[in-house]
Amino acid sequence: MPITITMPALSPTMTEGTLAKWLLKEGDAVRSGDMLAEIETDKATMEVEAVDEGVLARILVAEGTEGVPVNAPIAILLEEGEDASVLEDATSEPAAVTAPAAAAAAPAPEAAPVAAPVAAAAPAAPVASAGGRILASPLARRMAGQAGLDLAAVSGSGPRGRIVKADIEAAMAAGGAPAPAAAPVAAPVAASAPTPAAAAPAADASPFEGEFELQALSTMRKTIARRMSESKREAPHFYMTVDCELDALLALRKDLNERAGDAFKLSVNDLVIKAAAVALMKVPAANAGYSEGGIKLYKSADISVAVASDRGLITPVIRNANGKGLEAISTEMRELAQKANDGKLMPEDYQGGSFSISNLGMYGVKQFDAVINTPQACILAVGAGEQRAVVKDGALAIATVMSVTLSVDHRAVDGAIGAQFLAAFKGLIQDPMTMLL
Amino acid sequence: MAEQQFDLVVVGGGPGGYVAAIRAAQLGMDVALVEREHLGGICLNWGCIPTKALLRSAEVYHLAKTSSQYGFKINDIEIDLNAIVQRSRKIAKQLNGGVGHLLKKNKVEVLTGHARLLGKGRLAVEVDGTAVMELSAKNIILATGARARDLPGMEADGKQIWSYRHALVADTIPKRLLVVGSGAIGIEFASFFNTLGADVTVVEVLDRVLPVEDAEISAMAHKAFEKQGMRLLTGVQVKRLNKAPDGVTASIELPDGKSEAITADRVIMAVGIVGNVEDIGLENTQAVVDRSHVVVDPWLATGEPGLYAIGDLAGPPWLAHKASHEGVICVEKIAGVTDVHPLNPMNIPGCTYCQPQIASVGLSEAAAEAAGHKVRVGRFPFIGNGKAIALGEPEGMIKTVFDAATGELLGAHMIGPEVTELIQGYAVARSMESTEAELLHTVFPHPTLSEAMHESVLDAMGRAIHF
Repeated sequence: MPITITMPALSPTMTEGTLAKWLLKEGDAVRSGDMLAEIETDKATMEVEAVDEGVLARILVAEGTEGVPVNAPIAILLEEGEDASVLEDATSEPAAVTAPAAAAAAPAPEAAPVAAPVAAAAPAAPVASAGGRILASPLARRMAGQAGLDLAAVSGSGPRGRIVKADIEAAMAAGGAPAPAAAPVAAPVAASAPTPAAAAPAADASPFEGEFELQALSTMRKTIARRMSESKREAPHFYMTVDCELDALLALRKDLNERAGDAFKLSVNDLVIKAAAVALMKVPAANAGYSEGGIKLYKSADISVAVASDRGLITPVIRNANGKGLEAISTEMRELAQKANDGKLMPEDYQGGSFSISNLGMYGVKQFDAVINTPQACILAVGAGEQRAVVKDGALAIATVMSVTLSVDHRAVDGAIGAQFLAAFKGLIQDPMTMLL
Repeated sequence: MAEQQFDLVVVGGGPGGYVAAIRAAQLGMDVALVEREHLGGICLNWGCIPTKALLRSAEVYHLAKTSSQYGFKINDIEIDLNAIVQRSRKIAKQLNGGVGHLLKKNKVEVLTGHARLLGKGRLAVEVDGTAVMELSAKNIILATGARARDLPGMEADGKQIWSYRHALVADTIPKRLLVVGSGAIGIEFASFFNTLGADVTVVEVLDRVLPVEDAEISAMAHKAFEKQGMRLLTGVQVKRLNKAPDGVTASIELPDGKSEAITADRVIMAVGIVGNVEDIGLENTQAVVDRSHVVVDPWLATGEPGLYAIGDLAGPPWLAHKASHEGVICVEKIAGVTDVHPLNPMNIPGCTYCQPQIASVGLSEAAAEAAGHKVRVGRFPFIGNGKAIALGEPEGMIKTVFDAATGELLGAHMIGPEVTELIQGYAVARSMESTEAELLHTVFPHPTLSEAMHESVLDAMGRAIHF
């Protein structure tokens, strides 16, 4: 009997996704474990793994199709020895799949709407274990919702791996990963959406508007839009800026990099991450998040670092950065940035930070204000290190200075705490050896 | 001497042991079960089942006596105690044979005798004090159960002072009966003999009857029993029992320090149980015994590698279904089954088959509050339930306790008709970790007593319809 492959849910909140790419063609042999397709969710691209064996008989949803509902059939697999004619016998029914946005560009083998075999009475084959429904008790679901925990990040200890109350309690005790809402951070980087654009005039276009190309919203772009509006609408932002002299830090970095040889190469950003983490340990009240239930005071400094990939903006997390050495931070950051560029970040890579950093210094930006990555309470916007005239001991001098601006959610953190954090951060940057203490 | 090797040897054929043995056989183990007396253990032969048979007789008698309210005129109802007891014994025997058949069907080797651990996975089977066989096994499960606790100077003699065992084969309905202890065992016998016409007094050392139940349920039970003519004394201690030809006189100390003497024809001692830890060779192992129970971890393992203890022997609650469940968990863990989970004691329902029946699962209201929960409590009286009224048993109520913040069903407490059959609904809800929402959305059939379960949940949310 033909096996229907359905759109997997890659996260508990996922209701639809984009079928980004088919990795196999119709007629290809499929073995259990083969990668079938790439699915783009609002946050990441994930591969769909085959569970069953057979031949990929028919692709029902063309690549590039957006808004494919979870559990909609996307392809049909024939088992060994089955003839394609069984597909013809199957009664047809239009699949609840929207037509590809860029159907013209996509190699759609079938006209949409496509046929789904109703005769396949076999239960829809789970496509990938990661894509299955999350098993959780009603109580666990409710408690996770109340605590803002992401069920996908909790491992279940109940029957059949079901997430039960005890697992939520353990996750909460361990600090817990906030709900998947916390993904891309605000930084005014114009990330280009790679989604193929339909050059159609928008319905709400003004007659006086000039000519333009309408670029379709990628799921990631939609998420950025939603999350940033939410943050600016709900979190009362305030901002405070300090200047940090970088000369000692640059000298230390040079020294360490020379000693390291080819083993690693520290960036200024690696040192900024470390300094922020150590400063958070000194001012733990800034390592916070606002929730309806109360202020979450995070126990470790899990630093979300904004990475602008050509797919958009995402904030992979350096967990427990306060407890990690510079080399470890540097290596991990490089790996995460690479994964972000490749669209291979897993939810555990980018969910659940406690504090964010957005660094636009490499673009020569002197100073900027970032949008808070809620539910976190603080984000540090880091500008370029540049030579400026400073007054030292009553005389003009030249120093390399970097301006940093802390955006603070006033619901969770007050001005004095923010100022204390900045003072601690500045102290560490200007006297970087103290980071090692 | 014959010597045999097994994957698993189970010591004791009660509801813990025989269930463990069958589960192990299902999982492909080569299993022996050593039983010294009778398959089915206390539960089936001298406990749960025969008492239910007796109580059914009492219920029939009660219905016959009150039959006029149902439209019948039955005169000259005569009690045949011997027939009542024989019926109870016959049922026990039937089920005992059934267990033997099940074990045989599952190819469990049943060995009759007394097992004694020799250490290092070996044990001897003794008949009349002589070892007749030696067994070795990779794993041994002890399921030797428990027996009635004796108080010094008040030991059951089977004549004037009875244990549950004597009471089950009573040769007389005592005119005056004193029951010492108001747990499930004491209350069930009190209820049985009271219904059959005995003049029953129950004394309880704690401040209320059925002390493990929710305080509100205890209070309702107390009232119901008093209405039936029982005398209940709580917070009292029995100091002495003086046996004389014309009866036993108990000297009791009342809560206010005053003394009272109660004379009865028979006394039933129901003051708890002690585990059967003696004379089974535990001294040859590293297993630890604490106050007559073998200390085990959540997987029922003792301090001795490969030695496990389940059921009454491993501690409270002393319930057959707890023992069976532990047996399955223990065996599956040994077999390396992956989806095994320790037993959550909060999910074990408890039932008392007195008239009216009592059943509960989870935390009482007071215990929930003591555990730091802010609670929402629902109550629904059976007087608001059509089926209960039609049955002619509108007394009692169902109480539910929810966590106000999470909606977790923390506990359920019931008193009234057939509640022992109803409690499983809440037990399922608890083991699935339902919140009030799932219970609210469940359709309960009409007209049934179970509708009161729904209404109790509705009441907790301030939404009861029929009261």
